[in-house]
Order: sequence, then structure tokens, then C-alpha cells
Amino acid sequence: MTATTPSSTELAANSRNIRPGRIIAWTLLLIGGLIMVTPLLYMFSTSLKTSGQVYDLRLIPAAPTLDNYVKVLGDGRFMQWFFNSTFIALTVTASNVFFDSLVGYTLAKFRFRGRYFIFLAILSTLMIPTEMLVIPWYLMSSQFGWLNSYWGIMFPGMMTAFGTFLMKQFFEGVPDDFLEAARVDGLNEFTIWWKIAMPMVVPAISALAIFTFLGNWTAFFWPLIVTTSKELYTLPVGISSFSAEASIQWELIMTGAAIGTIPTLIVFLVLQRFIVRGVMLAGLKG
Amino acid sequence: MARIELQGLVKDYGKIRAVHGIDLSIEDGEFVVFVGPSGCGKSTTLRMIAGLEDISGGRLLIGDQVVNQREPKQRNIAMVFQNYAIYPHMTVGQNIGFGLYTSGLSKVEKQKRIAETGKILGLEQLLDRRPAALSGGQRQRVAIGRAMVRDPVAFLFDEPLSNLDAQLRSQMRMEIKSLHRRLGTTIVYVTHDQIEAMTMADKIVVMRDGHILQVGTPTDLYENPMDVFTARFIGSPSMNIIAGSASAGALSVSGAELSGLALPAHEGKILVGIRPHDLVVTEEPGGAGLNSQGVVEAVEPLGAETLVHVMLGDTQVIATAPGRVVPALGSTVSIKAGPGSLYLFDADTEKALGRA
Repeated sequence: MTATTPSSTELAANSRNIRPGRIIAWTLLLIGGLIMVTPLLYMFSTSLKTSGQVYDLRLIPAAPTLDNYVKVLGDGRFMQWFFNSTFIALTVTASNVFFDSLVGYTLAKFRFRGRYFIFLAILSTLMIPTEMLVIPWYLMSSQFGWLNSYWGIMFPGMMTAFGTFLMKQFFEGVPDDFLEAARVDGLNEFTIWWKIAMPMVVPAISALAIFTFLGNWTAFFWPLIVTTSKELYTLPVGISSFSAEASIQWELIMTGAAIGTIPTLIVFLVLQRFIVRGVMLAGLKG
Repeated sequence: MARIELQGLVKDYGKIRAVHGIDLSIEDGEFVVFVGPSGCGKSTTLRMIAGLEDISGGRLLIGDQVVNQREPKQRNIAMVFQNYAIYPHMTVGQNIGFGLYTSGLSKVEKQKRIAETGKILGLEQLLDRRPAALSGGQRQRVAIGRAMVRDPVAFLFDEPLSNLDAQLRSQMRMEIKSLHRRLGTTIVYVTHDQIEAMTMADKIVVMRDGHILQVGTPTDLYENPMDVFTARFIGSPSMNIIAGSASAGALSVSGAELSGLALPAHEGKILVGIRPHDLVVTEEPGGAGLNSQGVVEAVEPLGAETLVHVMLGDTQVIATAPGRVVPALGSTVSIKAGPGSLYLFDADTEKALGRA
């Protein structure tokens, strides 16, 4: 076997193929990429600065320090917020994967009276903005005694119309023959869903899990409203409290935010192919 | 193993009746093939036997038990689907073993059964593979394996070979047939392919529009079709049907001479059916039977024989010639069908009147 290397004429031909339109597109993409990544870089940069250097806008700090990380990680409250966010995001994600899939499967694969109406009713809740729901949620939490509790933070998101819709669409693509074969083999309906249907929609489950996890990891508005004690704060709410005290401690806010992005980055890196596929499947909803 | 009996079986979808009260006895160990065009109710009937469709009327017996209200799993039948329905996330071994999911057998016993089934179907080397790494024929064998492993009272096959190419289909036909001989289990098989029906069945059930038209052995149906539909459906190429009339014991067909035929008592319009293999291109016309001459419209040389499309009056018919004889297009040839090879049908009811 001989390795083939491009000859000089081939390279010249390739360079001639780079059209001006493509150069413009790449330039625009590069600018877009820089715009997206700059705040992230400044976040990491600021987290390595002392309080006196915060307004020095150089990207690479003059005297980088990890003191902020030591301070933030040494603060018991931060670790508690990190745990709260992790626990809430994981619980809500598991709940969504379970309930959205179960309802989506039922709506996709069973024929019963009112099926279409139920689906429309679920879908119609997508049209209501969160801001409109916050007051009823709050009143409900207050009456049931759920204020300032994990359950109070989690209950509005335990099942979502979007997730149900996504899963229903996916389950519709699973051929009935698979389910019927399992029925003939003697499985009950729950086992058919769990053992046969669910493994066939893993990309959709991954997409739903990613969206739900990220959405809950970064949730700020509702946790801020429903919690009063600092022990129950989620990470975004807790980090924001750094600015609510005597002065705005940007270096600590940025350090907290930098640590907070780690799970998000891990999720993106590990599951990025599913994210892309999930976004394609779910339209523009993210 | 068990006998299956359909007593006035009805299936309604809302106001539409898909199966019209059919009666049928499937004997223990019999290989029965339901055949008919799309929408004739054959798959619906199979699914009612499987328990995948509710029965709207009548009774279904498996063994001596009425099973109308029983769930599929309580009927102890196994089904093989058109698209194989083998689970892509499981290996071949897991797929075969899945049939034993609710069996309550020990793990060791399950493994033994999986290995035995794999051996019978020639899948021993593939037990750890995923379905994506299998050919169509191998996938179909896995689906059969999953059905076999449970030792059911009957196998139901729903057009299992439709997704295979012609060569593989022929091979799988023989494999299923030999599997039936080996296991002796009752098989109910649905297909729209009359060749599958003819080559595999002990008994063929011809269906149309939710009715059973005729039940019989392949030879019965070929030799004694009860109506035009069955006559044309069974046999390849299809039977030629030519309009004619019968009057005072004489039969006439436009463009043909008929002589020396014993005709059934019938007056009026009739349809004359002649199988292409009984209608031969000849260089020695004359004698008893049907004789005619016609212009060659098309020829299909098949090697062993040549199918010759000839105009008989204003109807195009297919005749056969020996393999080496390929008449020129547009030439005139003589064709002949001997006594006993003309199937006569009433033109109005399309029911058989007998043979001449």
C-alpha cells in the first residue's frame, strides 16, 4: 500500500475552489463564535483575578490566582447550593423521562376515546408563558405548604408538555409489530413500554434528558420566588446572592458561575451528538 | 399442538365489516395458508387468532377452549411478523430468549433452549450478534427462533417472506416447510403470494373481501377452482379467461373452433378459462378441443418454455411453446387446448360450471 499525498496541482485546484461566498460565511461564523465565547472567557478570566483586578479588562490576568476557587469551594453554602441544583436537576430529569415517556407512549400507541383531546389539552399548555403560571404555582405551593422546600422548587417541572409532545412523536415512529410481538410473547403493557419501546427511542430520551437537566440546572426565576432560606437556594440563586450583599463581588460571582458551568460542559461534551440530533428533532425549542 | 376452529368469525371496524362470519377448521399439525389480495381480511383473521384484534362476532377455539376473550399470552401461540420484529437493542441470543421472558424457566434451562433453537436454525455462530449485523434471511430465522423457543401450540406467520429477495424467499420457503415437518406444529400462514401458498400449504384458504371463497389442497384449488377469482389467483401465469356462450349443448368462443367437448348443461353467456400451460402453440392444429390462430403480440422466453401472448378474437391470451421455440412478433401461430382443459364459469355469477 502506498500513502497518497495531494500533489501541488491538486492543492492549487482546491484553493481555487474556495469561493468568496464561503469566505464571507466563515468570517460571519467566526465573528459569531467569538461573540459567543468571549463572555465565557471573561468569566474564567475574572474568576482568576483578585477583587482589585476585576475592572482590568485584560483577558489574561496579570497575576492569576486560585484564591477565589478556594474561597467559594470552602464556603459550605456554595457546596449546599451545588448539591441542591444537582439533586433538583437530576430528580426533575428522571421524572420527566419517566412520565413524559409514559404519557407520550400512551398517546402514540393506544386508541381510546378522547385521546386527541387530551393531546391538544397538553399541547395547549405550551402556549402559556411561565410568568403567567408563577402566581398560581405560588398560591398552590403556599396552600399545600410547599413553600421553601425541594418539592416546591421541583413540582412545576416534574412533567412537561414539551417532553410529552417530543416523546409522543418519537413513539409514533416505533413500528407496532415490535409491540405486538412482545404482547404475543406474554409481556404486560408496562414491561413492553419499558423493555421494548423505551430502548428504541434512546435519542429522544437523551435529548429530553439534556434539555430538562440544563433547563433545571440554570433555573433561576421560580427557585428565587419559592425559596426563602439560603440552604435551599439553587446554584444560580445562590451565586446571585453574592451581589446582594454589601458590595458586588464579581470575582466570586464569576468563580461560582465557572464552577456551575462544569456539569453543563460535561453534559455537552459527552452528549453533544444527541444534543444536535435532539435540537433537530425538537425544532427550535431548547 | 392444537386444533384451531373458526366459527362464524366476524370483525367489524366501526361500521365497516372486514371479516364476514367465516368458518374454518385447522387440524392439529396442519400447515394452512391464507391467501388473497391486499384487504381481503387474511391478516385480520390471523390477528384475531393471535389475540391482537378483538373478535366482533363468532367463536374462536384453540384446542377445545373458546379463546375469544383471552389475551395473546394466554393462547400459547407464537407469531412471526412481516418485518421480523426482532429487537434491535438485543443480541440474537437475547432475541430468541425473549420468547421465554415469562416462562419462569431457570437461566440454565433458558440458555439450553436458546442454544438448541440456534442450532436447529443454523444460528449458533451468530448468537452474540446484533440484528443490524445480520442478513434478511438470518433476521427471519431469528424471528422464527423466537417463536420456536417457546414450544407454542401453533405458529402464526404474517407474510414473513415479503421483505426477502426472490432467491432467498425460495430458500426460506423450503426451510419453513422442513421446519414444519420436523416440529409437526400447527402453522397458519398468511401471504398474498400464490407460489408460497402452493408450495408450502397442506390446505389453502382463498379469501376475498372478508369471505372465504374456497378451501382445499393446492392441487384441488388448481384443478377445481370454484370461481373465476380463485381460478385466476391460483397458478402462474394466471388462467386465461375468454368470453363465450353456450346454447343447445354447443359452446362457441369468438375466433376459435371447438369440437369433441362434453359440455355441462348451461344456456347463455359463459366464461372459458384455459391455463397457459394447457394452451399450446402447435404446428399441428386440429383435433378435439379448442383450436385457433392468432397474431403474436409478445413473447417471454423463460428457458424451459416460452410464454407467447396471442390475440384470440379480441382477447389477448397467454399460450406456451417449448423453450427453443420463440415465434416472431406479429407472426400468426396456431394454438390448441385439448379436451378437459377448458374451465367453464357462469358469466354472471363467475361460479364454476365444470370442465370441458
